[in-house]
Amino acid sequence: MFTVIEPGREQAVEARIEAGRVLLSADALRDALGWELHDGTLCNDAMCVPLPTGSRLGEGGVFDLGDVAATLGRPLALDTDAGAAFLGVSAGERAQALGSLFAPDFTLPDLAGQPHTLSEYRGKKILMVAWASW
Amino acid sequence: MWQALYEELRQRDFVVIAIALDKSVDDARPWIEKAAPTYPALIDTQHVVADLYNIVNVPTALWIDERGRIVRPNDVVFGTDTFKHITNLESARPLAAVRAWVRGETAGFPPADARALQTLPTALDQQARAEFGLAEWLARHGQPEAAERHFVRAGELAPHDFTIRRGSMPIRGIDPMGPRFREMLQGWVSGGRPYYRPLPDTRG
Repeated sequence: MFTVIEPGREQAVEARIEAGRVLLSADALRDALGWELHDGTLCNDAMCVPLPTGSRLGEGGVFDLGDVAATLGRPLALDTDAGAAFLGVSAGERAQALGSLFAPDFTLPDLAGQPHTLSEYRGKKILMVAWASW
Repeated sequence: MWQALYEELRQRDFVVIAIALDKSVDDARPWIEKAAPTYPALIDTQHVVADLYNIVNVPTALWIDERGRIVRPNDVVFGTDTFKHITNLESARPLAAVRAWVRGETAGFPPADARALQTLPTALDQQARAEFGLAEWLARHGQPEAAERHFVRAGELAPHDFTIRRGSMPIRGIDPMGPRFREMLQGWVSGGRPYYRPLPDTRG
């Protein structure tokens, strides 16, 4: 099994490792990341991304995880020996969100494990401070 | 310190939200218990907020208005002068600026100015965050050697990102105040690069 991780989500799926590449079936791709290929377009619940001309993604029912990341324009950190990969979020998506000046929403726990969501504090002025013990 | 500010201004529809970029709840716990905050003090072991807001060091503060808009982007704000002798950054002016904003005496930055002051992530920054995300996961899943490869790679990709380079040290069993940190810091600042990058203090 190979674990595919995204911010806030992880899923172990069947995968074949070949020459440093992680090859997934269509089912494994859907289970791991929620993407499915239909008529040359990669879609999930929220959006569709057309494959670039000449793309061989999904040929023979095989999806190279690196090609999936490249098609989506997202960074992929991969360790075939350790059996895990992390699919990050693109600079473009982050830059667009920050440039809109709408404070990106998040939910994080406090010491007691109680979750807090930024948008619950709408209506107040917020001083958000990131710190660390290090 | 943030507790005093919060107490002072909470009647004015103001809240502090503190987020610890620590490897575990237990690393942050003693500091939070000592501060005894009544504002939300959250723990972000997977650097969710660093990714969302392109935070590359601590402390980093930003202002968000009542409509959920960023009106002062990432800035270096210390709540106390404990480290002033090292950082040369004092706390009084930024805290006075927060007070004036909350009391309605000054506004935050207009959108164009707020945007101009933002530092947006590059593709390398986001690749580094993916490497960090993988490393952090591997460390939590009993694969410290594989984790180390990706922590190192993340730091190489984004050498200015100390939430990665220093923030990973406790996960890797390295003292984040010790010789490895001092060596890293020296290597960085010797090139004339600042460890802290406060916003130009255009608002006095």
